[in-house]
Amino acid sequence: MDVTTGFFYLFALVLLFAALRVITARNPVHAVLYLMLAFAQASAIWLLLKAEFLAITLVLVYLGAVMVLFLFVVMMLDLDLDSLRKGFWRHLPLGALLGGVIAAEMAAVLLTGFPYTEAAPQAAGGWGAAVAEVSNTKELGKLLYTQYVYPVQVAAVILLVAMVAAIALTLRERKDSKAINPAEQVRVRAGDRLKIVRMAVTRPSESAPAEESKS
Amino acid sequence: MMTPITLGHYLTLGALLFAVAVVGIFMNRRNLIVLLMAIELMLLAVNLNFVAFSHYLGDMHGQVFVFFILTVAAAESAIGLAILVLLFRNKSSINVDELGELKG
Repeated sequence: MDVTTGFFYLFALVLLFAALRVITARNPVHAVLYLMLAFAQASAIWLLLKAEFLAITLVLVYLGAVMVLFLFVVMMLDLDLDSLRKGFWRHLPLGALLGGVIAAEMAAVLLTGFPYTEAAPQAAGGWGAAVAEVSNTKELGKLLYTQYVYPVQVAAVILLVAMVAAIALTLRERKDSKAINPAEQVRVRAGDRLKIVRMAVTRPSESAPAEESKS
Repeated sequence: MMTPITLGHYLTLGALLFAVAVVGIFMNRRNLIVLLMAIELMLLAVNLNFVAFSHYLGDMHGQVFVFFILTVAAAESAIGLAILVLLFRNKSSINVDELGELKG
């Protein structure tokens, strides 16, 4: 047993424990914090797999941005936890049965089906040939900016659309705002502001002032 | 007992993680925000599989795919949380059972 094996089991155990706490934690804030722990462990496992760039990306993007977004939203909402937890234990038998079946079936196939212990010897030529020698980031960058340049741009558009959608969905104009629009003010004409109304002349009747003075 | 780590170990870890997320979806059927978190866990399990295959088969394309999955997952969670905030503003609740208004 070498160091990598020990680290794999350590990270895997903490990862599974954190995942279990995510789905069972009573307080959603705790669930988000355990999810952050899970992502950190996954990032460590990716480092064991020599995927350095993706591991750092996972920490920066997921722990740094997405999970903080989750945390903001969870803290902003005033949740009624009791009503949300109502059917929790009632669904446990079905869920546990289903999860156990999925895990057992997949483990039975996967655990013995892929007995590679070392990274495969590289085929001559091809992009995979340089995985071991050159830095992971450099290889990934070469792939992204040559073969995958069009998908990268599509991904950028997806992110832009997501940003616009998120802002458009949650933007709320203030109702009590007294801000004025300068363009409207410059464009205004006298006719918009002043209206001359022609109406019949009315005179105060003679009796009215007399009544007022009496009262 | 401690056999050397094979590709199967990583794939099994991914499968266990995915199963935990499925159980989470079943158990937190009412809580929309935990449902979103369970979906994140599922995506993480899938990404773990991609990275493990990429390492053991010596093919960088798997990692490129993980990159795109991360992009789409970030967009998905941003929009999902925006919808969640909107729902909470309108209904003061994120209970999934109360969101059946489009039901005929």
